[in-house]
Amino acid sequence: MAEPVLTVRNLNVRFRTGDGILHAVKGIDLDVEAGETVAIVGESGSGKSQTMMSVMGLLASNGWAEGSVKYRGEELVGLSPDKLNRYRGSKLTMIFQEPMTSLDPLYRIGDQIALPLTTHGRMSKAKARERAIELLELVRIPEPARRIDSYPHEMSGGQRQRVMIAMALANNPDVLIADEPTTALDVTVQAQILELLADLQKRLGMSIVFITHDLGIVRRFADRTYVMKRGEVVESGQTADIFAEPKHAYTRMLIDAEPTGRKDPVSQGAPMVIEAKDMTVTFGLKKTLFSKAGHMVRAVDGVSLSVRAGETVGVVGESGSGKSTLGRAILRLLPAGGIVRFEDRDLMPLDRAGMRPLRRHLQLVFQDPFGSLSPRMTAGEIVTEGLLVHEPRITRKERDRRAAQAFDEVRLDPAWRNRFPHEFSGGQRQRIAIARAMILHPKLVVLDEPTSALDRSVQKEIVDLLRDLQTAHGLAYVFISHDLAVVRALSDEIMVMKNGKVVERGNAEAIFEKPKQTYTQDLIAAAFLRGLEETKPGAMGTPLSN
Amino acid sequence: MLSFILRRFMSAIPTLLVIVTISFFLIRLAPGGPFDLERPLEAKVMENLNRIYQLDKPLIQQYWLYLTAVARGDFGPSFFLRDFTVAELFARGLPVSMTLGGLAMIFAILIGGTLGSIAALRQNSGVDYLVTGLGALGLTIPNFVVAPIFQIVFGLTLAWLPVAGWGAGTWRGLVMPVTVLALPQIAVISRMTRAAMIENLRSNHIRTLRSLGLPLRVIVSHALRGAALPVVSYLGPAAAALLTGSVVVETIFGLPGIGRYFVEGALNRDYTLVMGTVVVIAVFVLLFNLVVDILYAIIDPRIRYD
Amino acid sequence: MAEGAVVPTEFTTGPIVGRSLWGEARVRLVRNKAALTSIIVLGLVAIVCIIGPFFTGHPFDRVYPDYVRAPASLAAYPTPDQVAPAIERIGARIRATPEDVTIGYDSIRLNLVSPRPIDERLLAYFERSDLFGPAKVVEKLDDGKKLAVEVPVKRIRFLFGTDANGRDLLTRTMKAGQISLAIGLLATFVSIVIGVIYGATSGYLGGRVDLVMMRIVDVLYSLPFIFFVIMLVVFFGRNFILMFIAVGAVEWLDMARIVRGQTLSIKRQEYVQAAEALGVETRGIIRRHVIPNTLGPVVVYMTLLVPKVILLESFLSFLGLGVQEPATSLGVLISEGAKNIQGATWMLLYPSLTLVTILFCLNFIGDGLRDALDPKDR
Repeated sequence: MAEPVLTVRNLNVRFRTGDGILHAVKGIDLDVEAGETVAIVGESGSGKSQTMMSVMGLLASNGWAEGSVKYRGEELVGLSPDKLNRYRGSKLTMIFQEPMTSLDPLYRIGDQIALPLTTHGRMSKAKARERAIELLELVRIPEPARRIDSYPHEMSGGQRQRVMIAMALANNPDVLIADEPTTALDVTVQAQILELLADLQKRLGMSIVFITHDLGIVRRFADRTYVMKRGEVVESGQTADIFAEPKHAYTRMLIDAEPTGRKDPVSQGAPMVIEAKDMTVTFGLKKTLFSKAGHMVRAVDGVSLSVRAGETVGVVGESGSGKSTLGRAILRLLPAGGIVRFEDRDLMPLDRAGMRPLRRHLQLVFQDPFGSLSPRMTAGEIVTEGLLVHEPRITRKERDRRAAQAFDEVRLDPAWRNRFPHEFSGGQRQRIAIARAMILHPKLVVLDEPTSALDRSVQKEIVDLLRDLQTAHGLAYVFISHDLAVVRALSDEIMVMKNGKVVERGNAEAIFEKPKQTYTQDLIAAAFLRGLEETKPGAMGTPLSN
Repeated sequence: MLSFILRRFMSAIPTLLVIVTISFFLIRLAPGGPFDLERPLEAKVMENLNRIYQLDKPLIQQYWLYLTAVARGDFGPSFFLRDFTVAELFARGLPVSMTLGGLAMIFAILIGGTLGSIAALRQNSGVDYLVTGLGALGLTIPNFVVAPIFQIVFGLTLAWLPVAGWGAGTWRGLVMPVTVLALPQIAVISRMTRAAMIENLRSNHIRTLRSLGLPLRVIVSHALRGAALPVVSYLGPAAAALLTGSVVVETIFGLPGIGRYFVEGALNRDYTLVMGTVVVIAVFVLLFNLVVDILYAIIDPRIRYD
Repeated sequence: MAEGAVVPTEFTTGPIVGRSLWGEARVRLVRNKAALTSIIVLGLVAIVCIIGPFFTGHPFDRVYPDYVRAPASLAAYPTPDQVAPAIERIGARIRATPEDVTIGYDSIRLNLVSPRPIDERLLAYFERSDLFGPAKVVEKLDDGKKLAVEVPVKRIRFLFGTDANGRDLLTRTMKAGQISLAIGLLATFVSIVIGVIYGATSGYLGGRVDLVMMRIVDVLYSLPFIFFVIMLVVFFGRNFILMFIAVGAVEWLDMARIVRGQTLSIKRQEYVQAAEALGVETRGIIRRHVIPNTLGPVVVYMTLLVPKVILLESFLSFLGLGVQEPATSLGVLISEGAKNIQGATWMLLYPSLTLVTILFCLNFIGDGLRDALDPKDR
């Protein structure tokens, strides 16, 4: 093999925090060869991003790196920003996880792309503009000559990520570091960006360092892989070898963490829990300063759904499809049109007070386990808040006993109920949120992306927990998610939503095996592009056919 | 943009009306009147005065008379400084106050902005502590303490500058009052700039610029533009307040600005003078709010007013 | 903190303590040296201001006509060169000539000589002055035309000097500090109560109510503030308590805006939606979710409002609109100091130092609290 482009030896990254020094990266070694794709995989907190941030000299001001990072033999660690700038943006470039905020909102994108050109390439303004248009074309932005004068807020997330890629490629770099570049995007957009990166690598021949938590992407795109856990590389090697024969238990755990299993069907005689017909939710667009007539948007447009006891209906769609709005409309948390029946009662005529006694049967679990727990209440208080409303008579002691019981049920140590939410991890917080719903013994639980903010391995545990709770209590679930793998593992029925309407619905297996609508096909193709079926064959895989 | 400015002018009129109305009735309901002297006037004289100044009419009618007069641009005669009309008083005082306030504002923006940026770029360094320390000092020492100290040090002990007086607007007379006016503003602006710059320097889009190996000059100019937004929204009201004069500074340095009119007018129940001051200040505030909105739209392309 | 560098709690094993956000904020605040020092200094200043006046030996309104504008000094008064003129003055009153004056530290001896017999009752003039105690006749000579008198010297200290009326500035500064602090707290309390209720109502009810309520705030904002305060002074006369309730009633505008913004954002939080999904009533939501989570910014704003109000009070006093004699406030003292700055710098210096110390501490505590409650901001 040729001389590596980038060599990392015994790299340590530390952060000075209020609670002492945090050792984020613990003496790792890493090589990147010319033209290859290297993946660094790990869950949140593994130090994978910080490793590459320190290569680029982008650590936060309370962090510092020790050890050696060499670009073609030149030491980078300890260089002054001025000296580092000879490599950054020309030889080594980076794109980030947050396409929405990574561009300066106050400048036209053309001016932003021109910056690295005029600085490193010493191009004239006019030439830089020409080159910027070329670059926009390269990253497949339609009408580049016109879009070059757009501001970032006039572009979608996917487009912004393309602009970021254009900036990174402006000076034909040797190494492109991509830090979770698709995580914040919808699945179909993710697929397009990944395909673009693969295609650009084939054309331009740079090395790519792919930082990701997503094993599907690794398997599909990376030549070699480093697996990181808590600041250390636990395993590294050819991607194919790692997947075929993972040596470290953690790697095996990551690979197995893909949710598996299928839902057992529900008996036909199971009672109907909720039945919604023709649900419509309309939002008025936010009024601007002087335009009084904000126009209306139908977030949910004539959607029907019904769930039996023990049944799970999966609602799938990309952001803005109206799936979360539908979930809240069914629970009568939003003003909506249509009919909702809970068991034998019509819910639509009930007002807030009328709904209150029924609320204990109809519960909701949110996506964001950080936001859905009040930061100034203890976990125990949060879990028992529903009891204050629905069983106001019971004593404090009894409430505490019930809290302990609920903690036990979601497999959390009951001794932790005096802790505050910020002392728990993401997965533990989600368990608390589930316990809050379960303590009331509900009949229907709407699960709004309950696993999306979590690491894969934690996701798997939450999926198992939800499955067990359903079997134990005969719960009806409405499971809202954009993550097809999780939906597939949990649902009996699936509805695919787009722009507030149901595009396709049917039995889970049928939807996944034989999708009828092109949108569903695209969605599945995009999601399982990173599926486990295909391994990277030496060079980059074929671009997504579309 | 033009139609926005026009609309804003239209919407300022009702606000102005409300302010004038509240102020008018507040001052009129206050006990005492403009002609209450230490030694009460004869009833006859009082009656005559009241008739001349139309104070004998029902309050609501006086209010209407005043409104229509102001709409014509007539602020009426001063009740206390009887040789002058309110308009004349402002014609003399406003240029003084605006010179002082304008100079103070310009210095404050230049010095405060620079200090804040330097502190932000060298966060937690000695320079940073020095700037934040000076900022805290500038914020906490009231101007009626600073001004006399300046007078002692620079006026009396060192005798570099005149202790007081307008001196027909020569620079020597301006140095001390402008400095005293500018100091707290420098403190606020440097603090705000520092905070906004630090936030901006940590933002993702600045990280992008760093990852592209762009020189500090480019990074600072981007961060400054982003940091300008919160500072500009402070500057609007602050400029309005500064340009309409400072009671303390004008009193201590004996300057013929309009800052004193307010206090003297209110204490002497000089109705027309107080109302004139209210209107002038309100117009300045509304005007500068508009300027802030326009600046915002220029700095931030996401803001659209039409 | 950099992203991705946070160790998930799943991996950390520690004692189960249950530190609330308030608890953590306290730890962070104590760790902030500037804030901690400020808390201690402010506490000391407050204690000294409250109990100090009992120990200075001077009532705050006691006038010493013989010690007008006495400079601040650690040594006790009277100074030797004050004694002789005082004796001359008293002698003139008694219509006798002092002779053979020997000045000791605690007492003086002198002979009073007069062409006519001296009325001993006139010796009371000694005691009436601020310098001496009751005079004692040691010996009567020449049929009472010559009195040998021993007069004890009253040794008193003016650590901060005296003011233009001859009152002890130390005591007055302490008294003024008391009043300034009290006014700051009182007005702040009033404005917080009004602001929190107004802002929370506006934010939580939202919609048209919010629009109207905030429009009112906007209009009040554009009223010149000084005008408002001066009108309040005019209305309430010079009753400073009433007046500062009124000042509080003016200062609530910012608070209302802050609380409204906070309430609006909390209303959108998922934990409030979660509570609604549980069927919790509006009252419970406000009590358990909205108020505890708005408290942070309110506390921070409160610590920053106290110095603002104190400064405002000083400003009004400076204009001669504030607290009335013989009561005093730091603003009154500073204003007097500014008038007497030529020749009596201490009159400006000590009250100003006290004011600046208080304001400095409050500002540092406010900043420290903000950092402690919102660690992102550091």
